[in-house]
Amino acid sequence: MADTILVGLYIFVLALFAGAELIARVPQTLHTPLMSASNAISGIAILGALVVAGHSATINHTSIIGLLAVIFATINVVGGYMVTQRMLDMFKKKAPRAKKQGPVL
Amino acid sequence: MISQNFINFIYLISAILFMMGLKKLSSPATARLGNKLSMAGMALAILATLMAPGLSFKLIALGIIIGTIIGGWAAIKVEMTSMPEMVALFNGCGGAASALVALSELQLRGNEFGPAMVEHIGTFAMITLLLSVIIGGLTFTGSVIAYAKLQGIVSGQPITYPGQQVVNGLILIGTAVLSYMVFNDPTSHLLFYGICLLSLILGVLSVIPIGGADMPVVISLLNSYSGLAVSMTGFALGNNALIIVGSLVGASGLFLTKIMCDAMNRSLSNVLFGAFGTGGGSDDGGVVAEGGGAEGSVKGYEVEDVVMVLENASSLIIVPGYGMAAAQAQHAVRELGDYLDEEGVEVRYAIHPVAGRMPGHMNVLLAEADVSYDQLFSMEDINDDFSGTDVVLVIGANDVVNPAAKTNPGSPIYGMPVLNVEEAQTVVVLKRSMKPGFAGIENELFLKDNTMMLFGDAKSSVQALVAHLKG
Repeated sequence: MADTILVGLYIFVLALFAGAELIARVPQTLHTPLMSASNAISGIAILGALVVAGHSATINHTSIIGLLAVIFATINVVGGYMVTQRMLDMFKKKAPRAKKQGPVL
Repeated sequence: MISQNFINFIYLISAILFMMGLKKLSSPATARLGNKLSMAGMALAILATLMAPGLSFKLIALGIIIGTIIGGWAAIKVEMTSMPEMVALFNGCGGAASALVALSELQLRGNEFGPAMVEHIGTFAMITLLLSVIIGGLTFTGSVIAYAKLQGIVSGQPITYPGQQVVNGLILIGTAVLSYMVFNDPTSHLLFYGICLLSLILGVLSVIPIGGADMPVVISLLNSYSGLAVSMTGFALGNNALIIVGSLVGASGLFLTKIMCDAMNRSLSNVLFGAFGTGGGSDDGGVVAEGGGAEGSVKGYEVEDVVMVLENASSLIIVPGYGMAAAQAQHAVRELGDYLDEEGVEVRYAIHPVAGRMPGHMNVLLAEADVSYDQLFSMEDINDDFSGTDVVLVIGANDVVNPAAKTNPGSPIYGMPVLNVEEAQTVVVLKRSMKPGFAGIENELFLKDNTMMLFGDAKSSVQALVAHLKG
């Protein structure tokens, strides 16, 4: 048990540093998508939720809590990724326009 | 059957995909691919989990279907201007999910081991499960309140009452006491629900005293909380995927929180406990905002006057603020920018880190309106260029262009980095009325000699400008 905890802590701390490095490189213009993307992946709690919701073939008190957890986590994951994609799809770089030339839309 | 080792291996691949997804967010050109990689990572992790032996799929399928419909519908319907509220709500769902997973894990282990539960799963796992319930619970209600404040369902003003901190402190202590009691009686569902209830109340009470203008910080912070809750659950379940992701999300939330606090020159504790925006004393830096010796008078102009200035300009910087979002003026602004760009004017956009209601909010709106992202500049990249610029067009921004932040030590925002718009030859301010901004502070920029005020709805004003320029 103590080993598992220690390994978990190693992973936690290392991921924290890796995350900080990656995130510091995200430009200001993408901070909203960064937030919604990291928000979407925090729906990873769905992994735990799936196990609880499906832990028994008969429906009981705890599996209902599991069901609620699956619903919340799925909203988080699906909604989060979809709005992120919607936003990112809008970020375009236009070809440099020739000034004073023909009607440009 | 699929072994646990195999599932863990798949989780590793997922974690790599999440990391690569974040890495690709470093440029708008690669970000779309990054998001797809991240989605793939999530799909893989879910599939791997579903391969575990002995799962019953009835409730799982039901939950996924309901969640997909709600989440998908919300994601398709939401307006870009309401993105902060949407992110807050999704974040709240993540917090709720973590809390519920931890809660059900506590119940399952309680049923399995009875009173000997703590010996079996260990003190550390107990603590992390309880923390996950508490942090997840307060993230949920805190996010819902942040949503309500941004939507105007709850007043954006800080809601304060005497003894507020004491009440919050007592609830926190109560939560700790109940958590301690769980160790003696780990099978009591009543105790679990008591902890849930207190953490939900704590979430509400800790966000209501924070002003609407500070919600971006709150959302960023709650984002990191939801990550923390996920990590805690991961520790208890021995699930490395949860630990890694929670850690990444925690880092990202803290990073954005820090950026926002720095951009307002305020400490996190001042944001959380300062009840900023009440118009009177916040507790550190707590000086009442009064006039600061601003002189001169406000000069209202007509559209024609502004058109003349724009026609003679060779460089223009547009400074958008929340007013542009509220008026849905981003498309009209883009039209104006494009027209002038074609006329040979150098058009750039200057974006303050806390303009709008969440980090990067203005960038998303302008991207929606089809403004090329290489026209968008951050404060540090453009702040030295204002002095050489002919015209600055301030659209619905207020506090982020308030020179009092540099000159008036008595101002509540003194020391906050602001855009040096007043250094330009002419500053045109589009504003609905003379009402102070979200933070409730007077702005002496409006009184300066080189400032032209154009009152009215941002969208109609910009449309009128475009019509006159073209006509």
